[in-house]
Amino acid sequence: MNKMIKVGISEFNIAKNGEVLVTYALGSCVGICLYDARTKVAGLAHIMLPSSEGFSVLGDQEGKFADTAIRGLLRLMAREGALQSRLTAKIAGGAQMFAGVSNSSLSNIGLRNVTAVKAELMKHRIPIVAEDTGKNYGRTQYFYSLDGKMTIKSAIKGEWHY
Amino acid sequence: MTLNDYGDLNEMQLDALREIGNIGSGNAATALSQMLERPVNIAVPQITVLDYQTVTEKLGGPEELMIGLLLTISGDLTGMIMFLLQKEFANMILSDLVGDIGSFDEDDEMGCSAVMEVGNIMAASYINAIASLTGLRIELSPPSFCMDMVGAILSVPTIYYADISDKILFIEDEFNNTVDHAASHVLLIPEVDALQKMMTSLGLA
Repeated sequence: MNKMIKVGISEFNIAKNGEVLVTYALGSCVGICLYDARTKVAGLAHIMLPSSEGFSVLGDQEGKFADTAIRGLLRLMAREGALQSRLTAKIAGGAQMFAGVSNSSLSNIGLRNVTAVKAELMKHRIPIVAEDTGKNYGRTQYFYSLDGKMTIKSAIKGEWHY
Repeated sequence: MTLNDYGDLNEMQLDALREIGNIGSGNAATALSQMLERPVNIAVPQITVLDYQTVTEKLGGPEELMIGLLLTISGDLTGMIMFLLQKEFANMILSDLVGDIGSFDEDDEMGCSAVMEVGNIMAASYINAIASLTGLRIELSPPSFCMDMVGAILSVPTIYYADISDKILFIEDEFNNTVDHAASHVLLIPEVDALQKMMTSLGLA
């Protein structure tokens, strides 16, 4: 069993040497997995909000927003020798957990998160090679530094591999 | 005193919230007990200012399967009420109300609407108690249903309030039925503005 590295909400971290990253119960949040197949350096960020615009982001809040979290994760991965031009991305989450909530800022936050993550990845020229987003269920996300595979587990619908 | 963050609440104001939680859940338990025609116990409510991680751990870990009912509050007070029910609690409601002794699942439309109706009545009695205590006008949306990992359910209020505070104020009550030991929690999650209004109307601001 390879070492498991837990990534909490609003956090990001990296894995290498076969270590496995895991983030539990993504709801409307989005989990972003980045992988450099050459160096086998993997990264995972669990973001809550689309953009840091209008916020004064303190050090420990970097992982909360799509833009600052991706930048932070890229910095960590570069330090381990990952090359940004080689990175590929797999993303999951952004669900709408409660259907029919009238409050609009509440009902489409998952979609807004996914849109922001895609725009941010495009800005950094990182292609998205797999995606399991939207719909209405929570997801636990595993990301394997050994081969860059992503596994998604749902509480009621089983699990899939990407 | 101006409240900017949940962490700004002093001991006296927390006591007031505890009392509001107490009266609210007392009312809700009475309503539930009348519906089920059997006694329902409630624990003394816990008022906590916690971060997401701590709350999910308290509820059995982020992957624990639970039923969430979300209702939004508008009018003089804004915020949301969330009920978190163990599956056993839903089973108990179903067997008492509709005589269905099977296990609850989310595709069971009749089961879902029965659980939602119970949530609706409990939330209304909770909110009525707060309204009559504070003299504020409060409206309640119909409930929205979700059965999933508790971490994913709780991410909804956490994200919604993330631009206000890193912490969430949970007024947490535990409803228990002595026969089945099925627990449920109700979380009242007021916005900071709403807290200020509640405190002002109680003369504690």
